[in-house]
Amino acid sequence: MRIFLYLSLLIFIAACNSKPAGLPILSKQHEVDGKLVYDTIPSFSFINQDSQIIDKSTVAGKAYITDFFFISCPTICPIMQQNMLSIQNRFLEEDKLLLISHSIDPKRDSVVRLKQYAVNLGAVPDKWHMVTGKKDEIYEIADDYFNLVLEDPTLPDGFDHSGRLILVDQNAHIRAYCNGTDSTAVKAFISSIETFLHDEID
Amino acid sequence: MKLISVLFTTMVFIFLSACDTNPYKHGEIMYQNFCASCHMDDGTGLEGNIPPLAGADYITQHRSNLACIIRYGMQDTISVNGIIYNNAMPGVPQLTDFEIANILNYINHSWGNDYGFVTIDEVRASLEKCKQ
Repeated sequence: MRIFLYLSLLIFIAACNSKPAGLPILSKQHEVDGKLVYDTIPSFSFINQDSQIIDKSTVAGKAYITDFFFISCPTICPIMQQNMLSIQNRFLEEDKLLLISHSIDPKRDSVVRLKQYAVNLGAVPDKWHMVTGKKDEIYEIADDYFNLVLEDPTLPDGFDHSGRLILVDQNAHIRAYCNGTDSTAVKAFISSIETFLHDEID
Repeated sequence: MKLISVLFTTMVFIFLSACDTNPYKHGEIMYQNFCASCHMDDGTGLEGNIPPLAGADYITQHRSNLACIIRYGMQDTISVNGIIYNNAMPGVPQLTDFEIANILNYINHSWGNDYGFVTIDEVRASLEKCKQ
């Protein structure tokens, strides 16, 4: 009798210790036919700094890091974009990882200005897309990217000032995010990306 | 004898606390509030888009314009350490003459910069030229 008790205890502990592989899915869930499924990033179509269309086919089979910024932003964008630059350079050789920065100021951030900005910054063509498009569509998809299950309800919600960097996987699920202005958070985010690539891409 | 040791301790204490005081503390706080989000805490700016202030030749070459740039911003294309920058900088019109002087002195003495002390008179003379 006692051995059973020990055995079930052991199984219980082992079950608690078995961590799910890799990063959790942070996207919200919704019900389809009585089953819970994770939300995915809907389809989109934007134009990058080289006047190329960036849509779902650009990211097919690839993961990407994304954020929202504008060139003349005097508050949080410069530090976010500097952190995006270090992420680009850290994962330069990783073909299965792209970066997409959305301008939330399409009126001023034309393709020409985005090109200039990207070249000056050192954004690698076909690796880091600076995209613009219809303002409504950009603002709508921003909602989708931030449609994640937040672990910290105290995070500021105003999306254009939240400054989040977000990891989207090859299945259009959000897998990790961080405050792009916080260097400690960005470091942790980079290790999450490493874990993700190691577990699911490489 | 006791008096001497008390005096000595007091002197040491005064010296130490004097060493501890950062003369540009106010400028540093103002810099962090109004400048650091673009020019970064370490004065390096943003690659190709926002010029650095650390080790920037522009600062030594345009000493008399700097106060005006802080107050009114800048639209010009400029060259800093041989790199061209053409994004506009917004001004910070709410800063007082003293605050501008303190920021300039913080910049001039940070990150290895040794660009000398800017007086309030110098700042006021500069601002007079670009009064809007």
